[in-house]
Amino acid sequence: MKELSFETLLAVFEEIFGKGLFWAMVVIAAIITVAYLYVLVRDRHMSARKFLLAQLFMPLGAVAAVMFVLWVTNSALVDIGGPVDWIVLLGVAGAGAVGLAILVYTAQSLLRPARDSSES
Amino acid sequence: MEQFLKGETSRRGFFGLAAGGAAALAVAPGTARAEPVRTSARIVILGAGAAGTAMANRLTERLEGARITIVDGRQEHWYQPGFTLVAAGLKPASYTLSATGDWLSDGVEWVAEHAAAIDPEAQVVTTASGSRLDYDYLIVATGLSLDWDAVEGFSLDQVGQNGIGALYAGPEQAAATWRAMDAFTEKGGVALFGRPETEMKCAGAPLKYTFLTDDYLRRKGRREESQIIYTAHNAGLFAVPVVNEKVKLIFDERGFDARWSHVLTGIDAGTRTAHYRVPESRALAADGTVTVTPAREVKIGFDFTNVIPPQRAPQVVRESGLSWADRWVDQGWLEVDPGTLRHRRYANVFGVGDINGVPKGKTAASVKWQVPVVEDHLVAELDGREGSAIYNGYTSCPMITRIGRAMLVEFDYENRLTPSFPGVIAPLEELWISWLMKEIALKPTYNAMLRGKV
Repeated sequence: MKELSFETLLAVFEEIFGKGLFWAMVVIAAIITVAYLYVLVRDRHMSARKFLLAQLFMPLGAVAAVMFVLWVTNSALVDIGGPVDWIVLLGVAGAGAVGLAILVYTAQSLLRPARDSSES
Repeated sequence: MEQFLKGETSRRGFFGLAAGGAAALAVAPGTARAEPVRTSARIVILGAGAAGTAMANRLTERLEGARITIVDGRQEHWYQPGFTLVAAGLKPASYTLSATGDWLSDGVEWVAEHAAAIDPEAQVVTTASGSRLDYDYLIVATGLSLDWDAVEGFSLDQVGQNGIGALYAGPEQAAATWRAMDAFTEKGGVALFGRPETEMKCAGAPLKYTFLTDDYLRRKGRREESQIIYTAHNAGLFAVPVVNEKVKLIFDERGFDARWSHVLTGIDAGTRTAHYRVPESRALAADGTVTVTPAREVKIGFDFTNVIPPQRAPQVVRESGLSWADRWVDQGWLEVDPGTLRHRRYANVFGVGDINGVPKGKTAASVKWQVPVVEDHLVAELDGREGSAIYNGYTSCPMITRIGRAMLVEFDYENRLTPSFPGVIAPLEELWISWLMKEIALKPTYNAMLRGKV
């Protein structure tokens, strides 16, 4: 391909996950991002306690993301063959970890809003 | 990946790692598209496969006032790079199916019948129903014919039974081939593969399918009691020497039994036997004596095989006088200049895709690189200029070596490796990312090509 259009990139993602699943994930990711920004603005600070719990979920997010990608691509960990494969896999794991951490932080903030600064 | 992604010489590539690691795309800086060229030229395109469709959609963007007619009687469009995946049980037959009409833009007139005759002197194409289509420019994109009749005793209704597969034949046959391979790998036995001695589309596909069958035998614990035989039509496994050596190494590692100079002549479904012709060979010993081994017939029994027949230009092209007279005489490929893809005797005729009589490039990847070249020369001529684009023979073969790994092999006329991502994706390494490209990123980029976004 000589030119990469945004449209083609979207088509690649639709192919990876299937059209329905891909757009559902886009919508969910957008909602979580907006909710995260909302709680940050609302609380005007980051809660260390909530952030700690969110971090504890990061390994889970990393493993889940890797397993999901291997599943949708008919592959297994033994197929990882060279440095570029490891870089891609670590990228997937990193994205999963950060994504779940944001989700957990946001969920805590929405379900149990900080009432005073002593909780933070 | 097949049409993948070779930038122009000035290309500024970037490596995009998509979430899921699936997309890796080289990007050239966007170039401003020139104003459409005004013309009243009548352009006839024969064939609405990958090449003809992409060509038609490109020309409608570049030309204003041209009458662009595409001639093809086939209602179904087949995504042929997906056949291997269907025959490996990884995708359903529907993955490769769409409708021809879905891809053609409004500016293209589709004549839904096959071409019956081409008269390059009178500049006329006659369709199967007898309609005459006069043209100023002709683009031949018919693809090729699979000569099943040349394999004695074989017919397509045998596919899926008696351990016989033929994944090149179409989506349904690819799915039937998977059923046969799946049943075979449950039990084990002799798996027999090979390729024809003619030019063929995607010369890596027979090797991929050999690797995939081996992989299933191993996954099902049947490899030990099985034998995998690969019959090569000459003394090599792949035309590009450096790739050939690598594939030979993998063959040794996996314990494949390679037989050289075997040309398939027939299949006996009842006794599950394949018949081969082995031509006469001469060997020169160190003391200067020449040993001649006469031609012979060889039979090999199989429990599973994938039949790939000889491949030739369609009859309408072979009878048109547009074929090479002194090369590939039994195959009839179009006599085009390998660089400009313009016919060497009729300057208003171009070829694109599998039909071209060029040393390499019967793949969708090559189509992606040939279409802009033909477009450049044709549009330039209509604009009173001279085209400058040259096709270098680029083709690509994502060589699957097992489910989950592939080698992203790309090369040109000179057998030079032309990796899209030098230093990042090694062409001769079995990598997961190369598998992702074949399995996932290839079809969207193919579809984009069909729409004219090459």
